[in-house]
Amino acid sequence: METFFFVFISTLAIGTALAMVISKNTVNSALFMVLHMLSVAGFYTLLNAQFLAVIQILVYAGAIMVLFLFVIMLLNLDEDEKVVSKIDFKQLISFTLALVVLAQLLYITGNYAGVLPELTGEPIAAVGTVEAIGDELFTTFLLPFEVTAILLTAAVVGAMLLAQKTSNVIDE
Amino acid sequence: MEAPIVSSYIIMAGALAVLLQSAAVVVYVERRVAAFIQNRVGPNRVGPFGLLQPLADVVKLIFKEDVTPIYGNRVIHTMAPMFPVITALLTVAVIPFGDGLFITNLNVGVLFLLAVTSLGVYGVAMAGWASNSKYSLLGGLRAAAQMLSYELPMGMAIASTVLFATSLSMVDIVNSQVYWWGLFVNPLGAIIFTVAAFAEANRAPFDLVEAEQELVGGFHTEYSSMKFGMFFLAEYMHVVIGSMLITTFFLGGYHLPFAGYYAHILPEAGTWAKAILDIAVFLGKTGFMVFVFIWVRWTIPRFKFNQLMSLGWSKLLPLAILNFVVIAFILMLINS
Repeated sequence: METFFFVFISTLAIGTALAMVISKNTVNSALFMVLHMLSVAGFYTLLNAQFLAVIQILVYAGAIMVLFLFVIMLLNLDEDEKVVSKIDFKQLISFTLALVVLAQLLYITGNYAGVLPELTGEPIAAVGTVEAIGDELFTTFLLPFEVTAILLTAAVVGAMLLAQKTSNVIDE
Repeated sequence: MEAPIVSSYIIMAGALAVLLQSAAVVVYVERRVAAFIQNRVGPNRVGPFGLLQPLADVVKLIFKEDVTPIYGNRVIHTMAPMFPVITALLTVAVIPFGDGLFITNLNVGVLFLLAVTSLGVYGVAMAGWASNSKYSLLGGLRAAAQMLSYELPMGMAIASTVLFATSLSMVDIVNSQVYWWGLFVNPLGAIIFTVAAFAEANRAPFDLVEAEQELVGGFHTEYSSMKFGMFFLAEYMHVVIGSMLITTFFLGGYHLPFAGYYAHILPEAGTWAKAILDIAVFLGKTGFMVFVFIWVRWTIPRFKFNQLMSLGWSKLLPLAILNFVVIAFILMLINS
């Protein structure tokens, strides 16, 4: 059952990721990306991280991608507009760089295989629950948590400042 | 991963059947109640008391011509009506209908609910864009902005309920209301959640999405036949789901008021009798909330869009956060 689910989800994830890159219509790309986010959430569920899975859907698929879609729809990009016309020097360099980064990533993850503790049975089921994550966040990782909160607040204030600068119309 | 048990399949089949039929029933009820409120007769010709009117409407919809705009995006235009229906049906997975009568008891049930609700935005946004019509696009963007804005106060109102249950599981939330309903201990949260639920379902007074004077038909201007029918179905399913959620979070789910105080005095009911009683109580409360949805629609006029936005962001959201913080402090003082 789990293997079947994994194969299904992986096929979906790779297929939608490819379709997102290949598809010429930007709106289609964005919608494929939403599907990709959902399949990533499926991976989290398989790994017993229900909280992460739901947050993945809530934040990425539910909020961020909607804003992406908004921008794309309002700009109304033409379908005929070719993003890639012909292969030139710049693209060759970026392709090689991407390959190098991929190789590095694979090398690093290869070195870390088997470092994580083996968990089975009862502890693995409790690892991804809200209680476990909340406990860790407010004890071990309190400082990073608070710093992230301050960073996000600063970002919100900055966004509001930027938004207000451009609007000269006073709303009633 | 544990395998789902047989009873949850049966409950799922029952819940889906009831939810799908409920849309037809609610359409009929809405038209009759609207007629009653406006001193009219309403549909009373097809069948006894006009009960077969929804059936006649559906047959009419099926036989209509299905038009797709030529310059629109055909695939997305076809897919868009499915989203609201799917998200409405997914919500049922975590709602407990009675003692032990739930499809699944997720320990992140509340978050699952919010996540599924947030996916509903895609349906309207896609419909608006794929129709290649200015009215549709504006309607779709309005709807998406409205749904995104009201998700926040809704989430905060639910968070204040979670404080009482100290759990994100829907079953625990219902069971924490066995003595006092959420409505009595957290009235502000209940009001905020109800208002947000109205906005999420795109119902009057927040039905700017289909404000006829400004946008013709909103995001479904270019839809006809059963594709329009699906949007229509989804709207009424969202009304039913919204009522179920208000019942679950603030009206004690399947518990009678203050049931904890007198439950031990009552005679012991059998398993079946108890299941039927639970479901009857749950459906009774849901039915009442559906009536409130309809009642409000024919009582309060529509908001302007800027009023809608300022209500959501500068009134409901701060109020919801304040409510959450105050309740958290009070609970901390009581428990320490």
